[in-house]
Amino acid sequence: MPDIKITPLGAGQDVGRSCILLSMGGKNIMLDCGMHMGYNDERRFPDFSYIVPEGPITSQIDCVIISHFHLDHCGALPYMSEMVGYTGPIYMTHPTKAIAPILLEDMRKVAVERKGESNFFTSQMIKDCIKKVTAVTLHQSVMVDNELEIKAYYAGHVLGAAMFWIRVGSQSVVYTGDYNMTPDRHLGAAWIDKCRPDLLITESTYATTIRDSKRCRERDFLKKVHECVEKGGKVLIPVFALGRAQELCILLETYWERMNLKYPVYFALGLTEKANNYYKMFITWTNQKIRKTFVQRNMFDFKHIKPFDKSYIDNPGAMVVFATPGMLHAGLSLNIFKKWAPYEQNMVIMPGFCVQGTVGHKILNGAKKVEFENRQVVEVKMAVEYMSFSAHADAKGIMQLIQYCEPKNVLLVHGEAQKMEFLKDKIEKEFKINCYMPANGETCTINTPVKIPIDVSLRLLKAEAVRYNAQPPDPKRRRVVNGILCVRDNRLSLLDIDEMCDEIGINRHIIRFTSTVRFEDPGPAVKTAEKLRTLLAEKLEGWTITISDGNISVESVLIKVEGEDNSTKNIYVSWTNQDEDLGSYILGLLQSMVQ
Amino acid sequence: MKLYCLSSDAAKPCFVLSFKELLIMLDCGLGAHSVLNFVPLPPVPSTRLASLPNYTPPHLNDPLLEGELKECCGRVFVDSVPEFCPPLDKVVDFSQLDVILISNYTCMMALPFITEETGFKGQVYATEPTLQIGRFYLEELAEWVSSGAGGGGAGGAARRWKELLHVLPAPLALAARPRAWRRLFGKGAIARALARVRVVGYDERVDVYGALEATAVSSGFCLGSANWVIRSAHEKIAYVSGSSTLTTHPRPINQAALRGADLLVLAALTQTPAHNPDHMLGDLCVHATVTLRGGGSVLCPVYPSGVLYDLLECLSAHLEGAGLAHVPLYVLSPVADSSLAYSNILAEWVSASKQARVYLPEEPFPHAALARAGRLKHARTLHDDAFSADFRQPCVVFCGHPSLRFGAAVHLVELWASNPQHAIIFTEPDFPHMEALAPFQPLSMKAFHCPIDTSLNYSQANKLVRELRPRELALPEQYAAPAGGAAGVGGAAARPHIATDAPTVVLRRGEARTCGTRRGMARATLSGALAARVTPREVRAGLRCAPLACALRVRDSRVELDEASGVGGAAGGGGVAAPPRLAGAAPDVDALVAELARQGAGEARVERGPDGCIVHLPRHDTLIHVERHATHVFCEGGAEVRHALRTAIDACLPPLSHF
Ligand SMILES: [Zn+2]
Repeated sequence: MPDIKITPLGAGQDVGRSCILLSMGGKNIMLDCGMHMGYNDERRFPDFSYIVPEGPITSQIDCVIISHFHLDHCGALPYMSEMVGYTGPIYMTHPTKAIAPILLEDMRKVAVERKGESNFFTSQMIKDCIKKVTAVTLHQSVMVDNELEIKAYYAGHVLGAAMFWIRVGSQSVVYTGDYNMTPDRHLGAAWIDKCRPDLLITESTYATTIRDSKRCRERDFLKKVHECVEKGGKVLIPVFALGRAQELCILLETYWERMNLKYPVYFALGLTEKANNYYKMFITWTNQKIRKTFVQRNMFDFKHIKPFDKSYIDNPGAMVVFATPGMLHAGLSLNIFKKWAPYEQNMVIMPGFCVQGTVGHKILNGAKKVEFENRQVVEVKMAVEYMSFSAHADAKGIMQLIQYCEPKNVLLVHGEAQKMEFLKDKIEKEFKINCYMPANGETCTINTPVKIPIDVSLRLLKAEAVRYNAQPPDPKRRRVVNGILCVRDNRLSLLDIDEMCDEIGINRHIIRFTSTVRFEDPGPAVKTAEKLRTLLAEKLEGWTITISDGNISVESVLIKVEGEDNSTKNIYVSWTNQDEDLGSYILGLLQSMVQ
Repeated sequence: MKLYCLSSDAAKPCFVLSFKELLIMLDCGLGAHSVLNFVPLPPVPSTRLASLPNYTPPHLNDPLLEGELKECCGRVFVDSVPEFCPPLDKVVDFSQLDVILISNYTCMMALPFITEETGFKGQVYATEPTLQIGRFYLEELAEWVSSGAGGGGAGGAARRWKELLHVLPAPLALAARPRAWRRLFGKGAIARALARVRVVGYDERVDVYGALEATAVSSGFCLGSANWVIRSAHEKIAYVSGSSTLTTHPRPINQAALRGADLLVLAALTQTPAHNPDHMLGDLCVHATVTLRGGGSVLCPVYPSGVLYDLLECLSAHLEGAGLAHVPLYVLSPVADSSLAYSNILAEWVSASKQARVYLPEEPFPHAALARAGRLKHARTLHDDAFSADFRQPCVVFCGHPSLRFGAAVHLVELWASNPQHAIIFTEPDFPHMEALAPFQPLSMKAFHCPIDTSLNYSQANKLVRELRPRELALPEQYAAPAGGAAGVGGAAARPHIATDAPTVVLRRGEARTCGTRRGMARATLSGALAARVTPREVRAGLRCAPLACALRVRDSRVELDEASGVGGAAGGGGVAAPPRLAGAAPDVDALVAELARQGAGEARVERGPDGCIVHLPRHDTLIHVERHATHVFCEGGAEVRHALRTAIDACLPPLSHF
C-alpha cells in the first residue's frame, strides 16, 4: 500500500481543534483529539462516526497520539476513550500526561458546573482516561506493534509539547502539533533531525506572519502594562494556567524588580503553585538557561506575583491580574472582564490566539458591545491589546523546519485557508515539493515510492565497489549490481550467482570461453607473463590481479602463457560466461598489444 | 568482530569492540583500588597523619626513596597525591576510537584519560542522568584530591618506590603495575571531556556513522543507567553492565531488548555477592539507631548520588519510627546541593511508583521534603560557616570519599576514631572496609560493613543469561568458571561464576578475542518499481528466484537498488551487463547444433564421447566441449562469433525450473 491518506476531523483549514486521521501501510493513527472551544454542543468533539458509523472504534484505530496539553489538542480524549469506547493505546509525553488532566478538569468544571451542561465526561472519566496513557520520552523509539513505530521530538510551544515521527515499513510521517522555532523565556526551540519523512504535517497558525523580534514584543508588552498601571488602570491578562502564563510571569517579575515597581500583580488561579511545581519537576523540558540555574535559583518562585482573591476585583487602584481561561470564554477571566470592560483607563491584553465564538475573538475584532446568554450586555471601553505571545512557528519557522527534516511532501493544518494558500505557494516554489491543505472531512491521498527491505550479498557489493573504484571518478556513472533475487518466506535477498547455487545445493553448469593470442616475445614464458601482468595492472586499475605459477587471474578470467624460450608464445585467455565483459576486454587488450 | 579488554577491575569495565570497521569503546571505568596504598589527604592538616613515621626497607639505603613511604600500625603507605588505574592505553590507540558508549555514571570516571590529549576524535554517548551525575562524581573527586592538605613531602609525586616493589612489604609489594597509575586530571580536562558527551534517551536509536545503530535500554541499576544494544542489519550485540533486577528507585531493567543477541558482553556484576542489599539496608538502620541512642554519631562514607538517595529515604523513615526524628542528617559534598536538587527533576528516569508522585506533583524523592522540614542539611564542606554553626551531635553524616583517602570523611574519622560511641558504617562496595580503615588504626569507634550493591549477583546473572539466550557470551575472567573446570566436581571451593551452554569468550586486561559470526549480507532497499518488473520463478518449494540487474545508490551508507536503464557496454567503460543466467544443466546438443546453424555459424560436426560431446565449427576454428557440469568454448574467432555462440548456448540451456 504505497499511499498515505490524511483526513482532518479538525484543523483542516481551521484552528478550532486538532484531530487528524492518518492511514499508511494498513495502520490508522489519530493525531491529536482536540475539543473546539467555540461550540457548546456536540460539534465541539470530533465526529467519530466518520471513522466508524457503527460498532467499536478500537478496531479501526491503531493508536492515538497527543502532541501537547492544550485542550484544542487533547480536550476530546476522555470523551473518545470513556464515552465513545476507544480502548487502544494512547501516547503523549510525561509532562503532557501530568498536566493534561488538570486542564481537562478545569474545563469540565466550567462546562458542567457553571453552564450546567450534561453529556460531558466526569472527573472519574478523566482519571480513567489518563491511566490508559503510555508516557513517552523524547527520541525514544516506541514500537506500537511490530510494524508501527513512533518517536517524539522537542516542539517548544508549551511544557512537554512534542512533534511525532511515525513510521510503518519504509513510509514515514512527521506531525508537528504546535511548535515554535525560537526559544523563549522558559522553553527551547523545536528541533528535529534530517529524518526525510514522506510527509510533514505542520501547523500553520502564523502562516503569513513574520513576527517582529521577540525583544521588541516584550518591550512593547511591558511598556503598555506600565503605562496603564501608572495612570491607575487595571490590566487583565487572560491566560491558560500553564504555558504562556509562566513566561509572562517571568517577564513581569524581572521588570518589576528592575524598575522597583510596587503595583500589585496577581496570578488568579488555584493552582499557581502547583502549576509552577510542574515546571520544577519537568525542568529538563525547559530551556538551557533555566536548567543550568535551577539549583541556585528557581525561576518559578515569584517575589512580586501574589495569589489573587475574588474580592480584589472591586479594589480601587492599579493592578495587574493574570486570570484563566485564556480566550475569555468562561470562568474568572470572563468575570473580571465584565467588571472592568466599561472603564477606559483599564486594559485587557490577549496574549494568545482566540477561536471564533469566544468573547476574546469578538473583542479582538473590535466589538464594542458583547452580549451574553442571559441578555446581559457589556460595553467594552477598556483598551484591547493583542500580543502574539503564543509560541507558534511563523512562516520563517515553518520553512526552517521543512529545511531541517527534508520531507517529500508537506500538508498544512491548524491555520486559516487563505493564509495556508499563501504558505502552500511559497513551499511549493521554494522546495519544489507538493503541498496539500485538505479541509475538514476531506481525504488527501499522497503517493509515496515503495521501498522493500532486501539483504544484499556483501560479496556482490564488494565486487561492485572494486569495479567502481577502479574507474576514474565520474559522478554521472551509474553503479550497477548483477545478482540473483531470491524470495523465501516473503524475505528478499540478492545473491551472487555462486552463493545462490551453494544456497540451493545445485552444481552450476559453467560456461567458459577460451581464445588464443600469439605473441612474438623471445625469452622464458614467465617473463612474458610478468609483462602481461604489468600491462593489465596499468589498464585495470583497482582490480585485484594475481599471478601464480605463471598464470594470471582477474576475477574468473585466467591468462596462461605457453611456449619454449626463444619461440612464439601462445597466450590463452579464458573466462566464464558471467565475466564476458571483462574477458573480452582483456582479450581485446592483448590482441591490440601483439599487433 | 573483535573484543579487547582494557580494565582489570570487572566492576569498572572498559572494553573495545571492533565491528564493521568501527572501534567502539564500551565504558571507561577508573580503577581506584590503587588509592588505598596512599596516606590519606585530610581536607585540613592533621597532626597525626603528618607525623606518621617514615618507613625505610631494611638493608636499603636509597636517598631517592627518602620521605616517600610512611608507616601506620605495621602498614606501609605512600605519602603522595593518590593515583588511579585508568584503562590500558597500549592495546588500542584512543585516537582511532569512533564511539564511546557509557552504561552508567560509575563506569565513566576514566573518560578524560581516554578523550583528552590522546587525539580522540569520536563521539561519546550517555543518558542525561549519567552525564549529570557522572559530572558530580568527577567534580567531587577532583575537588577532594586537589584541595587535600598534604600529599607528601616529595612534591606529591613519589615514584621511586615503584622501582623498589621487590623490597617492600605486602600489600604494597603486590601492587599491580603501579607504573601505569596516573594522577587525577584537572577540572578543565573534566569539563572538556564531558562537553563531548551527546545525551541520549532510553530506546533512542543512535545512528553510528550509518553502519550501526546503538540503543541505550534501561538497566535498573541507578538513575539513567543503561545497557547498550548495538545492531547492524544482521547482527545484534548486547552490552550488559551494571544491571539490577531489584526494585529500587530507578526505572526497571528492560530485558526484552537484550534477548537473542549474537554476542552478549557481561560486566559490572555485584562486588559483594555474599551480601543481600535489603538485609544490609536493614542492618544499617539498626546499627545507626543503636549508635544514636547511645549518644554517638554515625558516619557513612558514600558517593554523592546513587544508593545515597535510598539511604536517606530508608534511614529517615526508620529514625522517625524509632523516635529519633530530631537527629539531623548531613550530606557533605562539593556537589551535594546539585545532586539532591537534580535527583528530583528526573521524573522520566525513576521507577513507576516514584513517577506517580511527580504527577501529583510532588518530588519523586523525599529528601526535598526532609530538607524543607530541616531534618536534612547539606553543605559543600565541613567548614562552611553556616554549616558548622548549625552542626549538632549526635547526627548522621553522609560524605565522601568511600576509600577514606580524601574528602570530608578523612577528617571525620580522624575526629571520631578514638571515641567508641561513634560508628562508621560502610555501604559502598568499591573498597574493602578494613583496608580503607588501615591508616586510621588503632580505631576505637565502631566499624560496620553493610555493603549495598544492587548489581546482579551470580544467580541473578545466570538466570538473566539463560533467559536472554545469547549465541555467544563474553566475560571478564573474574566471572568465568575457575580454570581447570573441576569446580563443579570438587564442589567445596567453587567460587560463584557464570555458567552457560553458549560458547563463551573469557577476557583479561590487555587481551583481545575474536568473537561473533561473520555474516555476508548487508541491508538495502529495493524500489517498488523494480520489484514490480521481476517475476521470480520457483526453483524449489518455498524458494523463488530471478536474475536481477539493478542500479545501485549508496547514500549515508544506506544502499538502495533501483531500475537500471540500458543494458550493454563493455568492461572498463562502466556499462551495464545483462543479469547473469543461472544454468543448472548442460545445453541440449542437438538443439545447439540447430541454433548455431540458425545464427549463421555454418556447419557443425558432433563427436560424442563417454563424458559428453565435442561440437566442431571448422569455419570459425571453434570447438565446444559440452560436459555435464561445464561447457567450454575454444574460440579463435572474433567478438561477433563469440556473441553468436553465447546467444546460441543461452537459448539451449534448460530453464532452472526443471530442477
Ligand atoms: Zn497549542
